[in-house]
Amino acid sequence: MYAPGEKLWHFHGGIRLDGQRELSTGRPLGAVPLSAEFVVPVQQHIGQAGDVLVREGQHVHRGQQLTQVREYIGAPVHAPTSGKVIAIENRPVPHPSGLEGLCVVIEADGRDDWGDARLEPLEDYRALSPGRIRRRVRKCGIVGLGGAAFPTAAKINPLHEQRIHTLVLNGAECEPYITCDDTLLRHHAAEVVEGARILMHTLGGPERCLIAVEEDMPEAYEALREVLGGTSSGSFRLVSIPSIYPTGSEKQLIQVLTGREVPADGLPADIGVVCQNVATARAVYRAVVHGEPLIERIVTVTGRGVSEPGNHLVRIGTPVHEVIAHAGGYVEPVQWLLMGGPMMGVALHDDAVPVVKATNCLLAARRGELRAAGPVLPCIRCGECVRVCPARLLPHELYRLARAAEFDRAQEYDLFDCIECGCCAYVCPSHLPLVHYYRYAKSEIRDLERERQAADRARRRHEFRLERLEREKRERAERLAKKKAAVSHKADPERKKAAVQAAVQRAQARKAARGDTAPTED
Amino acid sequence: MRFPTASSPFVHGGGAVDRVMLQVLLALVPGTLAMFWYFGWGVLYNILICTGVAVAAEAAILRLRRRPVRATLADLSVVVTAWLLGLALPPLTPWWLPAAGSLFAVVVAKHLFGGLGYNPFNPAMAGYVLLIISFPTEMTHWIAPSVLAEVRLGPLESLRHVFTGVLPEGLAWDALASATPLDTMRTQLLMNRTIEEIRTSPLWGDFGGRGWEWIGNWYLLGGLWLVWRRVADWRIPAGFLGALVAISTVFYLADPDTHPFPAFHVFSGGALLGAFFIATDPVTAASTPRGRWIYGAGIGLLTFVIRAWGGYPDGVAFAVLLMNMAAPTIDYFTRPRTYGHRSPGDLEP
Amino acid sequence: MIAVLAAIAALGGLALAFGALLGYASRRFKVEGNPLADQIEHLLPQTQCGQCGFAGCRPYAEAIARGEADINLCPPGGEAVIKALADLLGVEPKPLDESKAAPAEKRVAVIDENTCIGCTLCIQACPVDAILGAAKQMHTVIASECTGCELCIPPCPVECIRMVPVPRGIEDWKWPAPWGPQAPQTAAPPSRAEAA
Repeated sequence: MYAPGEKLWHFHGGIRLDGQRELSTGRPLGAVPLSAEFVVPVQQHIGQAGDVLVREGQHVHRGQQLTQVREYIGAPVHAPTSGKVIAIENRPVPHPSGLEGLCVVIEADGRDDWGDARLEPLEDYRALSPGRIRRRVRKCGIVGLGGAAFPTAAKINPLHEQRIHTLVLNGAECEPYITCDDTLLRHHAAEVVEGARILMHTLGGPERCLIAVEEDMPEAYEALREVLGGTSSGSFRLVSIPSIYPTGSEKQLIQVLTGREVPADGLPADIGVVCQNVATARAVYRAVVHGEPLIERIVTVTGRGVSEPGNHLVRIGTPVHEVIAHAGGYVEPVQWLLMGGPMMGVALHDDAVPVVKATNCLLAARRGELRAAGPVLPCIRCGECVRVCPARLLPHELYRLARAAEFDRAQEYDLFDCIECGCCAYVCPSHLPLVHYYRYAKSEIRDLERERQAADRARRRHEFRLERLEREKRERAERLAKKKAAVSHKADPERKKAAVQAAVQRAQARKAARGDTAPTED
Repeated sequence: MRFPTASSPFVHGGGAVDRVMLQVLLALVPGTLAMFWYFGWGVLYNILICTGVAVAAEAAILRLRRRPVRATLADLSVVVTAWLLGLALPPLTPWWLPAAGSLFAVVVAKHLFGGLGYNPFNPAMAGYVLLIISFPTEMTHWIAPSVLAEVRLGPLESLRHVFTGVLPEGLAWDALASATPLDTMRTQLLMNRTIEEIRTSPLWGDFGGRGWEWIGNWYLLGGLWLVWRRVADWRIPAGFLGALVAISTVFYLADPDTHPFPAFHVFSGGALLGAFFIATDPVTAASTPRGRWIYGAGIGLLTFVIRAWGGYPDGVAFAVLLMNMAAPTIDYFTRPRTYGHRSPGDLEP
Repeated sequence: MIAVLAAIAALGGLALAFGALLGYASRRFKVEGNPLADQIEHLLPQTQCGQCGFAGCRPYAEAIARGEADINLCPPGGEAVIKALADLLGVEPKPLDESKAAPAEKRVAVIDENTCIGCTLCIQACPVDAILGAAKQMHTVIASECTGCELCIPPCPVECIRMVPVPRGIEDWKWPAPWGPQAPQTAAPPSRAEAA
């Protein structure tokens, strides 16, 4: 067994990219001033959206809970500032479709007043049960801030049989241009480490916590080293890993640090590992120790399409165009406005959309800044994509199968193991939009599955309906038969006499029961 | 403010098919120059005719298929096919031989299957095999390399011979002609001579035929550069040459009288050109890492088998085509294990 | 001559033997019901709309199994179902029959409650019992169960049922195909500023 943090493994493939960090790390951490209007989408995470708790016209405090989620995988959202709810309606949200989502729109009152929205500070968290801490994490709406936005409370709740021996703190910011985690570590390394301690306690005390940063983040490494008092302290180990994209992807990071692979049909907890982004750890700290729900985050505003690229503290719900304006505005012509980085980011269709919990970076790429792929050519099966795929897939085969709509075979080739990192498309000499093909295939498969289930339901309903009609017909026939029998019975004089007699006897019995006080009715 | 949308990634590494093809052509230059040095102008005319006919044929069929002509020609894949075919043909063959081979390679072997990326068979090898089966005499009429030749034709004389079949005054074909080392080896062995006896002839150099082996060196140089640039996957030449050396060593050790030494196999015929430039054609080769080893090794083994016991002096072209047929199956059985899975194909839906 | 007779006898004997074996097998291993029709029915969308000309998806499936119906008669199933049926039956897929119009997007029925008279005629018509109601009570379509078959529209005496398109939302949005006439930029809906 190797001493933790000392040995590193490799993941398959990956590519070296120019990090473009200097573009946004030159300026000190800024803060975007409060907007006049905040648009808070109710769904900013994986899982179920919540039910809206507030009404139009209601006043809310800074940090006030706006939604409530009943399902296990879900997270509430909170008001980023104090003000009045002026609308609960569909507004454009950051999503590749450009479609709208339900949002709570708040008109700021300028006071930025917490009111009673902050929860009780739990400084002595070690005395609390893990369940209590998880409830706090959930109530504060903490989700993974590395980009996936998975509800943290569910992630730090391993099953009984999953014994967690390693907590991985993911500071390996591998995508070019993004430096928000780097900035966070430079400024708040102590809070990140404290958050990690809270997570360690919640997970039942894993043997070690590995904090991973990339080789090209020396300042962040130094800041952590200073807080820890060395590269290893107690169960904490600070590890610097090679800057190969996508080493910051959870599955690949775990492989680099532990040499083990997360099972395809499972989770990191199945191999005893839980991985959290450094910003998430800090958010957990603020939630537990200070009672603050998740209402702001550091966003990298970068690209040569903005005048003053840098990192800024931004309230959730701030419209993107205001963030850009605070960074000096656009430098035209802007080709792409990306939420995220150039490899996995989402192209925003409109800068009116709000900043959400998953917004780690806003990249305004000037025309010509990001080398574009040339015209699409046929696949020449060169195998470059196979060489770089971190999931060890056969991207050219998946491409062929997706194009031929052979969705079953694409799944046999492990289509859903694709993490959509973009390495394959980056290296393809035929300039194929490979990731687009995989996304297309995946969404077609999900759609077909939905249709199949709907068709199954419809068939069951139809069969039930046929049964119901059959049953009703049968019952009607039976009733009719009974009636006929009764009528024919009635026609028989003997039975008629007996029936009359029985009726008379019943009447007399009733009379006797009543004690003969009421007059009989003949 | 509105912005365009698309799927990620939004940045590209800069690789391009035409750059890949250009690098292949560049890597062929040393070998081509060596061929020219040893065999004269016929080599260049072969390449020129092949290229000319190939480009024209591709343009014509693209127009028929209603595809963009300029853009498709610009990927340079047809030039590579033509160049390789031109190098494989005997110098000073009549012009219609490279023309026919080229036409077949481009129209039938490439475009009738769907064009670049869709052809299951290596077009250059398909053209070569068509020619060698249809015109065995012309295809085995090689000339002697310059180190051994008594006579060399100049550029205009060569041109005249290629297009009219007429040789300069007083010169007979016998004066120019010479069998290839593989051909010589084969016929001599069939005459029941031993390797020892065969090697006494001045035709032989250290590894293979005199002159011939040097061409192999220049191909090797270009090929190694191509592998270093990652244009050719190293597993294919490694498998090819490894298997060829392995099996020829086994037989050489077992019976040195009737089996030439391994280096002879490597430096003769199309082995080095095939290993680095022909077998590495990605469209027709296996595409998985393990699969490429098996594919290369298969070509090496089949080349030896055809050379030792087959009806043709060199087996590279046939070996390549046979392994082209096997490539999809090889791919199917050599799928890498996906991250997180226990074996390929587990957890099927 | 003997050889000829021997050959005929041998082949005839073999034919009888194998014929008997096959006959026995067809009895012994007979599967009840019509598994092919079941498999076909499983592929159909269960809209029960009748546009194929049969009284529901099961009758259509049985007709295909009997070889009496073609595979390209189902508009709600569209190309996906035709391809699946072609794969199952080992035949060539073909385009949807021209006489059947393919619907562009999913539609559900909606009852105008102001006009509904509670006659239950639509309830009796709905093949999946997606309409809630009783005599003289308000009728309403359960949108999540409505298959869009439109069989409820003709019986309504006051014509209070109309079909309403159900556009895709974020939850069921699909990535558009990476090829074809659409450029890399997908069309985005008009912004609030433009719409205002």
